This record gives sequence, C-alpha cells and structure tokens, in this order.
Amino acid sequence: MTTSVLAMPGLTLASIGKGFWRLLPLSLFVVVFGLAYGLAAVQTGLSPVQIVFMSFAVFAGTSQFAALELWGTQISLLPLLITTFAINARMLLMGASLYPWLKQVPTTQRYGSLLLMSDANWAMTLNDCQQGKPNLGMLVGGGLAIWVTWMVGTLLGMTFGNLIANPARFGLDMVMGCFMLSMVLGGRKSLRMVLAWFVAALTGWLAYVYLPENSHVVAGALGGGLVGLFWLEKKPAQQSEAANT
Amino acid sequence: MMATDGMNGLLVILLMSVVTLVTRFGGVWVMSIVPINPRFESFINTMSGSVLIAILVPVAVEGDTAARLALLATACVMLVMRKPMPAIAAGIAVAAGWRYLV
Repeated sequence: MTTSVLAMPGLTLASIGKGFWRLLPLSLFVVVFGLAYGLAAVQTGLSPVQIVFMSFAVFAGTSQFAALELWGTQISLLPLLITTFAINARMLLMGASLYPWLKQVPTTQRYGSLLLMSDANWAMTLNDCQQGKPNLGMLVGGGLAIWVTWMVGTLLGMTFGNLIANPARFGLDMVMGCFMLSMVLGGRKSLRMVLAWFVAALTGWLAYVYLPENSHVVAGALGGGLVGLFWLEKKPAQQSEAANT
Repeated sequence: MMATDGMNGLLVILLMSVVTLVTRFGGVWVMSIVPINPRFESFINTMSGSVLIAILVPVAVEGDTAARLALLATACVMLVMRKPMPAIAAGIAVAAGWRYLV
C-alpha cells in the first residue's frame, strides 16, 4: 500500500534541536508534575538517590506515582511490576502507531528514539508523520525536553519536600490521588470507558476487601481490561490501514 | 515481599524501568512480526485507565472527608475545564481548606 506514509529521514542534530525547542515551552508544565512527584516521594520515604533514579530510569510519571502508592518498608514486587506494566501498556500502542515510519530508519535509531518516547512528544511526532512531515528529531528532541524538565521538577520537589514538616495540613498528601484521577478523566470518555472504570472500581474494591494486600490494583486492571476485551470500539478503517502499509 | 531500603529499593526501581522499557520497545517490536490485533488494542485501552481507578479505590473508601472532597473537586474541575493543572490544584486546595476549617 502507498497511502500517506512518506519517507522518514534519518536523525540529524539539527532536527533534534528543533524538536527540543518546539516542545520545551510545553514541557515547562512537566516541571510542576515532576515537583509533585518529588514531593510525594519524599513523603513516602524514598531516599534522595532512589527518588532521582526513578525519574531518571523509569521516566513515566503516572507509573511512578502509582509505585509510591504501593511503596512501604517492604514491597510486593509482582503487583508493583504488573501495575507498572498495566499503566505503561499504552506505550505499546503508541510505539505501534509509529511503526510505519520507524521501520524505515536503522535499528539503533528506531529503538534509541523509543527510549525517550513519552505522551507529548509521541503525539506531536505522530501528528507530523500523518501530516506528511515525518521527523524523528521531534521524538528524540521533544523527549529530551520532557526528560530534562522532569528531572528538574523532581529535584525541586525533593528539595521542597524536605522543607515541609506536615504536608497533609496543606493538602499535599492528595497530590498523587488528584494527579491520577485527572489523568483518568483527561482521556477519551465513552460509555465503554465509563463501564470499564465502573467494573475496575468494583473488582478493585472487592479485591481490596477480600484478597491479599495490593491485589486490588491488578484485579481492577483486569476487570476494566475485560470490558475492552469483549466490547470493541467501532472505528474508521483508516487507522488499521496505516498499520498495514 | 522485598525490602526497599538503599540498594534493594534501587533494584526494585531498576526492575520497574525494565518493565517500562518493554512497553516502550514492545509495540514496535511486535509490529515488526505481526500487526497488533484490535481486540488486544481494545483491552490495553480500557485497562490503562482502570489501573488508576483501582489504585484510587482505597483512597476514596478509607480516606478522610478531606481526601474524598479533594478527589471530588479534582473530578469536577477536570470534567469542566479538561486541564489537569487546575484540577489538581483545586483538589489540594479543598483538602487543605477542609482540614484548616474543620
């Protein structure tokens, strides 16, 4: 098929720089979220090295907040890793959507640029590609902008977190919960989605009451996922066409 | 169960980053072998929001009034304004305000 997939040029320093500066103004918001993460991580009791290392290596905000929710002096590893996978599984689909363009570049560039894939730079890259201006520099440069601002925010939050003696007094213990709720409600809402959330809340709550600790996350994820497994969204053929080229 | 102090905690975080890396690479890698099935895509789509809802269940069920009102405020602002920043700010402000007044 020859529909709309234009050749993806290889990476150049100039294109990375362009992507970086294009996303930097937007990424300033990332500083605030990083700050919230740093603050919450200090409250949870992670060491400074652990806090910074998580932002450095995991680089996926929502799953980092979720990890804090499960964190204690002991942690059950499997529920944590399943939760991390479930939250970040959307990146499987994000990467797949870029495949028609990414398959044209050398393997190192293909997977190297995916290291920096995050929601905002992915969205802009896919948009560019679909507009007929494929540009890998957007993914890499934009990702760098997000990564740098995420680290800056984390460091700021860590510093402030140590200065605040009683975070609950200022409502700061709710940073995590409110962040996660806003991420859920910011997504596309349809009857199918709302039903999935309802099933997730119900199965999560049942597991929380009757099953071992922390299994409620996995139970809720599977409950909501089952709705999607049996209720497929009707959508235009154009997407799958791009995937087949 | 695993301890989370010092190096143990770093190991836990390292494993998290490996799982996340699998999700970053996995989509492209799978597509290079076989196109992703629409049913699987639908499963992933509904699952990612559901995880977050499930995490919030204990906060909503066992949290104090301030915590519940904070979630409610975040939900309302998010549904009206569709911007996370004001929604989160509203939640925090409501929790702080409630605890100050009550």
